[in-house]
Amino acid sequence: MAREMMYGEAIATAIMEEMERDSSVVFYGQNLAMTERDPFLRKFGKKRVRIAPISETAETGVAVGAAMTGLRPIVELWMSEFMLVAFDELINEAPRLRYMSGGQVKVPLVFKAGYGFAAGWAGQHSNCVYHTMMGVPGLKIALPSTAGDAKGLMAAAIRDDNPVVYLHHYMLTLDKGPVPEGDHVVPFGVADIKREGTDVTIVATGWMVKKSLAAAELLAQQGVSAEVVDPRTLAPLDVETILKSVKKTGRLVLVDQATRHASAAAIIAAEMAEHGLKALKAPVKMVTALDTSIPFSEPLETYVLPSEEKIVAAVKSVIAKQAATV
Amino acid sequence: MAKKKALTKDRLIWMYTEMVRVREFETRVKRTFVEHPGVIRGHTHLGDGAEATIVGALATREKNDLAMPSYRCHGYPLVLGTSPRKMMAEIYGRQDGLCGGFGGSMHLADPQHHFPGTSGIIGQAITHATGAALTAQVKDTGQVIYCFFGDGAAKQGAFFESLNLAAVWKLPIVYILENNHYQAYTHIGLEDANYIAGDPLSKKAEAFSIPGVTVDGTDPLKVYAAVQKAADRARSGKGPSLIEAKFYRLSAHGNAITVPPVPTQFPEHEAVEVYGKKAEFAAAVKNDPIPRFRASLVRKGILKNADVKQIEEKAQAEMQDAVEFALASPPPRGEEAVKHVYA
Repeated sequence: MAREMMYGEAIATAIMEEMERDSSVVFYGQNLAMTERDPFLRKFGKKRVRIAPISETAETGVAVGAAMTGLRPIVELWMSEFMLVAFDELINEAPRLRYMSGGQVKVPLVFKAGYGFAAGWAGQHSNCVYHTMMGVPGLKIALPSTAGDAKGLMAAAIRDDNPVVYLHHYMLTLDKGPVPEGDHVVPFGVADIKREGTDVTIVATGWMVKKSLAAAELLAQQGVSAEVVDPRTLAPLDVETILKSVKKTGRLVLVDQATRHASAAAIIAAEMAEHGLKALKAPVKMVTALDTSIPFSEPLETYVLPSEEKIVAAVKSVIAKQAATV
Repeated sequence: MAKKKALTKDRLIWMYTEMVRVREFETRVKRTFVEHPGVIRGHTHLGDGAEATIVGALATREKNDLAMPSYRCHGYPLVLGTSPRKMMAEIYGRQDGLCGGFGGSMHLADPQHHFPGTSGIIGQAITHATGAALTAQVKDTGQVIYCFFGDGAAKQGAFFESLNLAAVWKLPIVYILENNHYQAYTHIGLEDANYIAGDPLSKKAEAFSIPGVTVDGTDPLKVYAAVQKAADRARSGKGPSLIEAKFYRLSAHGNAITVPPVPTQFPEHEAVEVYGKKAEFAAAVKNDPIPRFRASLVRKGILKNADVKQIEEKAQAEMQDAVEFALASPPPRGEEAVKHVYA
């Protein structure tokens, strides 16, 4: 059984349920639980639900220290770019302390933030910065694209014994989708095939999954069968499922809202070059944001980001390439 | 609230003994650079000169209280009961090291002995200690966290953000600012606004409306008294305090940064090497906390000369054993390196 839920609501529900399940889970952030009416505050009290000052370094570092000593903190950081203020804690503390201690401590925490806000938030509030964290050993990264995954990945993130960066896409916040009832946990490192197809594999995350599915629909009307694969977590990355899909379809289009050389797409392309080259009937095609910051005005913003049309064009080009080779 | 612990004769002797042990350990680490060149890799930082502050502060702890210092971290776990054999083996990068050779001098960790771990990035561990205090508060464990950091770290955003947050949340933590007068290689007179204005560094506490006191960090009894008061306050739910303990780091910031195959050595203290202040350094050596505390205990009849000799010899034998153990321990196998990435 499943019930319809908004993506944003699914995340909040997961946090609520996990806090009920485990009294060591605490939740804090800026502008969080400001009044007594806050549902988390009402349910779990001031000890476990807190408002934090605008201090990203302390908010994240305190979570690291709390996690080392027995809590499971969830830090609401709001926007992924705010994490950049606290990059020492994200990159050089949370994921390294266990390793440096020779496995003596664990650091179970969730850094939660939204990203990719393509709605006029301009250059510093709508970027995709996950690539900067993707190669950091010890850190896990989740990017849910549906309400169901949003809930299940949050539950998994909170239960994980490692630091997790949980990035939800702002443009999906109000999207409704089915969420399985009861204890719903989406395991990390397991890609999901969002649409099956035979002619081309499209790999996408977050909002780009939605755009890729729309593109696949358009392509279907033109007789092209596209498979859409969502890795769901970038670390760990399920290369196997992508490879398996590519072996079936022989073509790969990588859609990523990040800029080209700072994208997860580039990493996946490298994995395919090493492990999947023989299966490819055409070169890999990357559909990414242009190498610019995100501009403010709508036509400018639209121009730099991937779109359904760009995805369709990319798919057509890899199919044409094969024809040319043959 | 914890009762003020009277320092018994035994406790005073324990304090002196621990100071001697810490000094002897650091001496043996430093000697390793000369006696076994190349055995210690990377960057090593010594706490000689800090013994009175380390021991005076930790003498106030209750059983489960945690110590969370910076990367200059050898003294604290030693006082908390960590094996000097394992510590030395870690500093030598050996298989039997405290962290299996994954951490080294800057990253000692021994959670079983109330020492969760350290950060090598100046100031960041202040946030971690603050987080440990959050755990103590949420879980109502009654613990106090002893957070040690240097004067350099007190210029990091992590310091200001942590103290503000700890004051807002009334966290059970004591912030012990070890003013050893040099932030790495730079004299405090070049980088601290309070110092330049002629104020104590504990004035920074005023920014957060919490108690701030400055004590002579070369006198373990003065440190003890100030930290006891702050720990009682923290334990009773009134929140954090800032204690500036003034002393002088007796070794250079760390061993010289050299590029292999040139073996690294400990240089002269920055006061001499960089600033040419020979008199300043000589005065600091003369003010060494250990002989001073020893003299006061002998004067009071708490220690006899025979005790002094025995304590020193015991510490020497203990650290000699640690060095021998570490030298005999094999290096870890390379393929171990992929362990411990994820829990």
